[in-house]
Amino acid sequence: MKQFVDVICLNQKTGQIRPLYILWENGEKYPIDKITQIIPAASLKSGGMGLRFTCKIGNSYRYLFLEEGKWFIEKVQLN
Amino acid sequence: MERVILHCDLNSFYASVEELYHPEVKGKPVVVGGSEDERHGIVLARNQIAKKYNIVTAESIWQAKKKCPDLIILKPNHKRYEEFSLKVREIFLQYTDLVEPFGIDEAWLDVSNSKYFGTGKEIADKIREQIKQELGITASVGVSFNKVFAKLGSDLRKPDYTTIITKENYKEIVWPLKANEMIYVGKSSYEQLKIYGLYTIGDIANKDINFLKEKFGKWGETIWVFANGLDDSEVTRYDQRQEAKSIGNNITTFRNMENWQDVDIILNVLSESVATTLRQRGLMAKEVLVYFRDSQLKSFTRQVQLNDYTNLSSVILKSAKQLCRKNYRFQKPLRTLGIRVRKFIEQSEHVQLSLFENVDEIKQQEKLETTIDDIRSRYGHKSIKKLSMLVDQDLSDYNPVGENDNLTDVEDFK
Repeated sequence: MKQFVDVICLNQKTGQIRPLYILWENGEKYPIDKITQIIPAASLKSGGMGLRFTCKIGNSYRYLFLEEGKWFIEKVQLN
Repeated sequence: MERVILHCDLNSFYASVEELYHPEVKGKPVVVGGSEDERHGIVLARNQIAKKYNIVTAESIWQAKKKCPDLIILKPNHKRYEEFSLKVREIFLQYTDLVEPFGIDEAWLDVSNSKYFGTGKEIADKIREQIKQELGITASVGVSFNKVFAKLGSDLRKPDYTTIITKENYKEIVWPLKANEMIYVGKSSYEQLKIYGLYTIGDIANKDINFLKEKFGKWGETIWVFANGLDDSEVTRYDQRQEAKSIGNNITTFRNMENWQDVDIILNVLSESVATTLRQRGLMAKEVLVYFRDSQLKSFTRQVQLNDYTNLSSVILKSAKQLCRKNYRFQKPLRTLGIRVRKFIEQSEHVQLSLFENVDEIKQQEKLETTIDDIRSRYGHKSIKKLSMLVDQDLSDYNPVGENDNLTDVEDFK
């Protein structure tokens, strides 16, 4: 499943976009410490495709997708 | 130098794109099709699992559901398919600029001069991998020394596979295949070939070319050349401007078009919309194309050159009607009709009227049509229409301007 999220971004003068914080539903604001890769990619887990940012948040890595102007992450299935 | 041609075919394209956006249907039988009430209740595409239930393209949804009660039906999203198609094309263009799209989900690539990226097979594998990674869909690719065999190759093993047909192995791979698997050999021409005992591609290849010429004319010669691997047609350079080189619309009607009256109503709507777009863009066109698609989804296009450039619906309509009468026999009802015009000049450039045209009449018609444009822009599209359109209001009640500037099924309209 897709989990759409609010993201605070920096629109750089070079035209690039860089996500800085992910705003979670519970009001938590997660800073993105590092972006290790940006590539066009499909999300086979949650469906869709777009620009995929590999983000280091704390000690873990998550994929953040930008698709048609909206940001989403792949929702983790607990079962 | 031996050419290296790839033919890339996106597997179950519509269904794969839908599956990507609906991961919950993965592993289930899925078709893409419209709902019954909107008159699009037929199967447009099916995934690999639905194929196992013998569900075929163009059959009605209820028939398909009979074969597989658990069938999942997803609505088509043509805009999204076009986007994917363009993204795939961008990937192709990273390897060569000789890319010739063949419909929305197929293309030829000439990679003879792309050795930097590897051999034909290596490039084919890279492209497949990249499509899978970036877009989440699969493709099968044929690699060969001509376009015909490359296309055959991409059909041989699906999904997600590279097939290589070389000068050394084509006799073993291609020749045993049924003749109708080759491009240019359709269902009815295959029946004709069978009369003369020509069942396989090998049969054609080993037949005397003069015999084929005598029986089938130019076409006979062409298929002999194809069957022997002698096709030397080039992969056309992909030109992004090409897509803006024509203006057109198509309409899939809410019920099939059964007779010329139905057809004329739709041609009226289409020619008006195309002419309006031409005038809005300040262009005039010299060629008219009509696209036909019957109830079995078989489609073809015919075109005609006009004597002079035009932006008038009356002129476009007249040629479109002639094209229809000349080229369609109504063996099956029509499902979709399209009109497209091309070969443009700027309206302001156009001064030379044909010697035999009645200039006053043209000017009068132009005035009439621009007046209609004005009325419609002020009071809406339906505020004014031809009396003939009232014959079947359900059929004519459609404003294609702005709704469908590009043909939905681009694949069929070349």
